[in-house]
Amino acid sequence: MSDVVLEARGLVKHFPITKGIVVRTRAGAVRAVDGVDLHLRRGETLGIVGESGCGKSTLAKMLVGLEKPTSGDLRVRGDDMLRLRGPALRHARRNIQMVMQDPYTSLNPRMTVGDIIGEPFEIHPDAVPRPGRERAVRDLLDTVGLNPDHINRYPHQFSGGQRQRIGIARALALRPEILVCDEPVSALDVSIQAQVINLLERLQRDFGLSYVFIAHDLSVVRHISDRIAVMYLGKVVETGSHVAIYDQPTHPYTQALLSAVPVPDPRLRGHRRHIMLEGDVPSPADPPSGCRFRTRCWKAQPGCAEHEPTLEVRQRSAHPSACHFAETLDLARRY
Amino acid sequence: MDFNPQAPLLQVNDMHVEFRTRDGVARAVNGVNLILRPGETLAVLGESGCGKSVTAQAIMGILDSPPAFVTKGEVLYRGVDLLRLPENERRQVRANRIAMIFQDALSALNPVYSVGFQIGELFRTHRGLSRSEAKRRAIELLDQVRIPDAKNRVDDYPHQFSGGMRQRVMIAMALALDPDVLIADEPTTALDVTVQAQIMGLLAELQRERTMGLVLITHDMGVVADVADTIAVMYAGKVVEYAPVHDIYAHPAHPYTKALLESIPRLDFKGRGLNVIRGLPPALTDIPHGCPFHPRCAYARDVCRQDPPPPAYQIARNRIASCHFIREVLGV
Repeated sequence: MSDVVLEARGLVKHFPITKGIVVRTRAGAVRAVDGVDLHLRRGETLGIVGESGCGKSTLAKMLVGLEKPTSGDLRVRGDDMLRLRGPALRHARRNIQMVMQDPYTSLNPRMTVGDIIGEPFEIHPDAVPRPGRERAVRDLLDTVGLNPDHINRYPHQFSGGQRQRIGIARALALRPEILVCDEPVSALDVSIQAQVINLLERLQRDFGLSYVFIAHDLSVVRHISDRIAVMYLGKVVETGSHVAIYDQPTHPYTQALLSAVPVPDPRLRGHRRHIMLEGDVPSPADPPSGCRFRTRCWKAQPGCAEHEPTLEVRQRSAHPSACHFAETLDLARRY
Repeated sequence: MDFNPQAPLLQVNDMHVEFRTRDGVARAVNGVNLILRPGETLAVLGESGCGKSVTAQAIMGILDSPPAFVTKGEVLYRGVDLLRLPENERRQVRANRIAMIFQDALSALNPVYSVGFQIGELFRTHRGLSRSEAKRRAIELLDQVRIPDAKNRVDDYPHQFSGGMRQRVMIAMALALDPDVLIADEPTTALDVTVQAQIMGLLAELQRERTMGLVLITHDMGVVADVADTIAVMYAGKVVEYAPVHDIYAHPAHPYTKALLESIPRLDFKGRGLNVIRGLPPALTDIPHGCPFHPRCAYARDVCRQDPPPPAYQIARNRIASCHFIREVLGV
């Protein structure tokens, strides 16, 4: 088990909904993340997919400590991130850094690129001694494929893809072992996406990084991930290797999600089975009882409203799936 | 307006659009040719800044001028050049003949009027219907775009609908006056995949029922493969390749199309290392000399830096590409 670098158990995040202006009373909670277990091994990429509102970004924020979990347990290289305090916590947080989605708003427009990438050294002064910092920033720029001489430029002087590289350089400054990437390429054009994906893959090889890669684009996630967790309304509904999830999905939601993704090959038109889901994702403030997917599921039985399926290996599902009727759908030759 | 029913449904000839700004002239569209037949889906594919949305807005006549100017070209609807029509006649074409839907339905719809009022407005203005009659038609339309419980939702405001439902409202509005051309500018880009599938399915169905021509503007090569009949690939304000959907995916003839197809991750298999198109798309104020793609092109040679490629190199029937080295790219 020593090669597990990140472990989360029963992570929960509820955002309270309050009523009243003078006297605030709690009227309920948005259950953004509602009990998620996951682990990440050294050098591995764990992809997390799901539609908007499924809680994947809240999960990412909890992993890096930007959001305090309501309950649960989170360990990074054995350090208990929710119990540590002060300098010990700050030191532990170096190991897990984040790349944000939007390269246009996640960089301070008034800071130079050198200051942005060097800011982690201000917070962690012992990481690199002051005289060596400019050198370190230049090296980081070079590592992510930017010109080190552009160290005094401002974010607006760079294109979207280059800005995302700046965000990656900032995340790498403290030499973390884990990067949490929240939709790192979804704001970029197709031809630029490939550049950033290839960069992330090269960095993983060169530095032995582990990634939690969050995206709604299932094709990108398949490309980069070793293992995948599918989320729906704050819970993981299915998890397994990329082959298990993409070629032999067992949860109806995963199956519907995959069938909805258009494949760039016109010869498949009319040959793929499309599972059309009815309606929209229910509100996480008032999720359905029992199985949360039952309101849109074609396999739903009366029992699904009462008994919540746990994420486990079942008779017809070789990998963990949270459905009473989990059953493999062979998609390998269907795309 | 004398429309000629024999003439092509919609034809764009050598259209040029430029934006005159303080920072210089941005040449957004540089000689676009398109043709659309009834019932056909024409996908205009390209990355941001390639001029695809400006082309659509110029066809609709909704560009703000200044700064935008259509400097050259024709937009023929059934043989009538829309660019030369006076504004009052052009208004008769919009919505009645050619309608448009936008990417972001929340900002395209007016937040202070109910959706029923906004759909009804079309009937009141263009058809002179009464308020109650207009509302009845609005309910019918909401029903047609599968909004559940349309009767009770007609008085709701845009913010009370989900993203997918708002897109349906906008489709209802576009189809209200039975246009025979629909321009959809990134209609599903802001939506989740399961909702995207619903909306694309709905569009295809409505298009079939009405044998309507659809111009689909998008950057998503998956969506295009699913629905398009013909594809126009745009780069730096030009159509660089124009072909039936099967040809383009099987044998791309332009280096840009080919590189794009090789640079996307696939759902159906796990590839190793994506091919990268080096560099960035050009700034429209400073489009490279010669072929605009040459700084990023794997096939580029001296001739590409000097001479722009022939704009329409005919490869086969219905198939053109704009490149000096088409034969090499095709591998023949």
